Amino acid sequence: MSIQFKTIKELSSMLRSKEISNHELTKETFNLIESYKHLNAFITLNKERALIKASELDKNSSELSLSGIPIAQKDLFVTKDLRTTCGSNMLSNFIPPYSATVIENLEAAGCISIGKTNMDEFAMGSSNETSFYGNVLNPWGQNLVPGGSSGGSAAAVAAGIVSAATGTDTGGSIRQPASLCGITGIKPTYGRISRWGMVAFASSLDQAGPMARTAEDCAILMNEMCSHDPKDTTSLDEDVPDFTKGIDAPIKGLKIGIVKEFDLSKLDSNVVKVFEDSKKHYESLGVEFVEVSLPNINLSVPTYYVVAPAECSSNLSRFDGVRYGNRCDDPKDLEDLYIRSRSEGFGDEVKRRILIGSYVLSAGFYDAYYKKAQQVRRLIKNDFDNAFEKVDLIMSPTTRGAAFEAGSMSDPIEMYLEDLFTVPANLAGLPGISIPNGHVDNKPLGLQLIANSLQESLLFNVAHNFQMTTDWHLKTPSLEAK
Amino acid sequence: MTWETVIGLEVHVQLSTKTKLFSGASTSFGSEPNTQVDLIDLGLPGVLPVANKEAFYKAIRFGLATNAEINQVSMFDRKNYFYPDLPKGYQITQMEKPIVGKGSIVINVDGSEKLINITRAHLEEDAGKSIHDLFDGETGIDLNRAGTPLLEIVSEPEISNAKEAVAYFKAIHQLVTFLDICDGNMSQGSMRCDVNVSVKKVDDAILGTRAEIKNINSFKFIERAIHFEVARQIKLLEKGESIVQETRLYDSVKNETRSMRSKEAANDYRYFPEPDLLPVVISDNELEEIKSTLPELPKQKEIRFVNEHNLEESEAKILASSKAMANLFEDASEKTKDSSLIAKWLVGDVSALLNKDNISIEESKLSSINFAKLIERISDNTISGKIAKSVLEEVWISGNDIDAIIEEKGLVQIQDESVLEDIAKKIIDANPDQVNAYKGGKDRLFGFFVGQVMKETQGKANPQGVNKILKKLLNS
Repeated sequence: MSIQFKTIKELSSMLRSKEISNHELTKETFNLIESYKHLNAFITLNKERALIKASELDKNSSELSLSGIPIAQKDLFVTKDLRTTCGSNMLSNFIPPYSATVIENLEAAGCISIGKTNMDEFAMGSSNETSFYGNVLNPWGQNLVPGGSSGGSAAAVAAGIVSAATGTDTGGSIRQPASLCGITGIKPTYGRISRWGMVAFASSLDQAGPMARTAEDCAILMNEMCSHDPKDTTSLDEDVPDFTKGIDAPIKGLKIGIVKEFDLSKLDSNVVKVFEDSKKHYESLGVEFVEVSLPNINLSVPTYYVVAPAECSSNLSRFDGVRYGNRCDDPKDLEDLYIRSRSEGFGDEVKRRILIGSYVLSAGFYDAYYKKAQQVRRLIKNDFDNAFEKVDLIMSPTTRGAAFEAGSMSDPIEMYLEDLFTVPANLAGLPGISIPNGHVDNKPLGLQLIANSLQESLLFNVAHNFQMTTDWHLKTPSLEAK
Repeated sequence: MTWETVIGLEVHVQLSTKTKLFSGASTSFGSEPNTQVDLIDLGLPGVLPVANKEAFYKAIRFGLATNAEINQVSMFDRKNYFYPDLPKGYQITQMEKPIVGKGSIVINVDGSEKLINITRAHLEEDAGKSIHDLFDGETGIDLNRAGTPLLEIVSEPEISNAKEAVAYFKAIHQLVTFLDICDGNMSQGSMRCDVNVSVKKVDDAILGTRAEIKNINSFKFIERAIHFEVARQIKLLEKGESIVQETRLYDSVKNETRSMRSKEAANDYRYFPEPDLLPVVISDNELEEIKSTLPELPKQKEIRFVNEHNLEESEAKILASSKAMANLFEDASEKTKDSSLIAKWLVGDVSALLNKDNISIEESKLSSINFAKLIERISDNTISGKIAKSVLEEVWISGNDIDAIIEEKGLVQIQDESVLEDIAKKIIDANPDQVNAYKGGKDRLFGFFVGQVMKETQGKANPQGVNKILKKLLNS
């Protein structure tokens, strides 16, 4: 029997009814990985250990919420004794001595980590083209990018190989690939999920989150991923609710804001139509739409591209060839060791951002760039605070359009604008979800909903209502095994 | 032309916390290389720092003791630079909002006091150590020290000469050891300082260009480095040349300072707020708690010693000068009521031995129990003062138990008057000429007889007893 395109809920019930054994499920997952190898969604597999854990679960069944569910882990989470590359040549031989809190939480809930998914190098990219391990292909078309940086995770879920995967989102890296691959992904409130063991890109923006076929599955995953972690002082000391509770409550009377400053007229008319159709659909569910003004929202991308590179330039300093990671052969002296180890280890996009980041932090430029960007960031947060006095949620398209062809976007600035709708939530630390809401040219599009801090339950509720009454999230690409 | 020297000190104090500033690894000194290092100290991908509250409490103790502003909300910043013993490629420090703000400390130079203002004191992590001489053509990295909490205390440029600089450094040393926030062990690098030196003409309003001498860890070297540096700068200026703003290194072997790097070649540290750590908030309750547990400080101790023990002010000052010295005094005071006897020994013989060896009490082998015993044996007449002196010297070298030394060497004072009388009679019989001369009016010869008795008893005779008996025998 096929397990492809099944949800967590469906697989759990199959396991419970013994329709399939844990071992069979995991084994079949690896078969699917093999069948769709050409997607290049995985960098490293965890086959041996995954099969052992599955067999153990067959011997000693557990009632854990994710018992026996194969999950693909983004290669940005460190995994004990399992290579973690972060999509970079710098870490091509790095075997971590510890696991990220997210990984530990999920595995403690019974899931089986089947492997590490491909991603843009150090999560810097929106198309998965910056990975040292090659492009990931979008299951929805020939030579289409899956988005990024969590492109491998998105493609693995979209191809139905796994029901769920982990992702991380610094400026849209969960929501944008979810949108381009036609799946559901949520970036929680900053601090909801521990960053311990996430290779840092931009510390004040990075947030892990789940990617799955449905909002309900995302809620099931969130229940396990969230925890207050004393090892991460920025993790929130807040109770973790049961995110599935009340997920199917009606949403009649809810107020959703449409951002006045997002000029949709610049987008493809088909993309706009998909968005307008979703609005109408929500109206039919009793939602009221209100225009809200976020006066500084259009400064989000430039602000983001100062703050994120600044933090990344510092976070990536530890990759110096001294203790771990790429070390050049026969260094002449210390400077040579640094220059060659780093030049060989990092790809162009990473280098570009380190340069930008070093520049905006340097003496004489700090006030004009970094400090100013932090001030704008505060204003953007204030804009959201004001908006949430009037509305419950804010809605927009997740991306400017559907998946584009690999190699078609060569201008980095153009690529950075991919993040237009997603970065504001990172800058303001707010939760945002992307759900499939239509197709253009047989390619999926996503709808983004942003909520106030800690209101993930509301996002799941509103997204689930959409998915109970539409079938965009059920559509699957026509894939040929190669 | 008269030149004026302007000095500012940045003192780095290693705080004696059990664990590191941002990790759970131990801070103890002298372990095998890289054995006190955890994931965080290694700067592995994905690790995050967690601030150690104990370090904040210790920093606050210093702040309170120097009448400083305490920033109840303080923040960390990153100072970015590449160095192999700096695992993350940045040091976590406090730039914008240090835990301790403006304060001051009183220094004492040749009996007169001067107030030196302290600009700030901030927390930061220490780096590891690069070991250059152990491996041929390679450098070893020991990260045991990486992440050890440092309190960097920055003075205003109000120090006028080498003597004041040393006095300032000593005052900080005294204070941090009294506060029990640092072990004060200079040879293990627990306290180090950077010295900023400039010179200007007396009438000039603006300061001269300064040089920063890095990483000095002894009182003696501070003094020498400043002397050298001041002379170097004056010489240059008198030749009409200018001073280059730069970092210099003091070479204690050659007794000179050498240029390390100029301002142009200096790193741009690209400071920015540390995004991995939230601001650290100290509550009013925490602050009150720290205030209430602040120990007695040197000045307070000094006053109490004068009042409670009737000591001379000069004696009290010396006794209160270090925690170890004060402990010796107070422990001994519990054993005997004769405070002035204790003070006399500490200010006199013990201080002389310390000066001779140029060490601190902690570094000596004299324990407070042993010292108290020594005083007890003097005051209960077991040994004479003269014998006590040699016993102290013995303890100084061996560290052995006082009673064991007295016992082993048979140094117990002879008090038995019949024994003393027998010896005295023997001396008198053996020296008839002196006896006659004494009886003929040469009173000074009395000392001769005392000396002979002491010689006969190897100094063990009780002096008062000898006096009494000799007077009785000779005057009869």
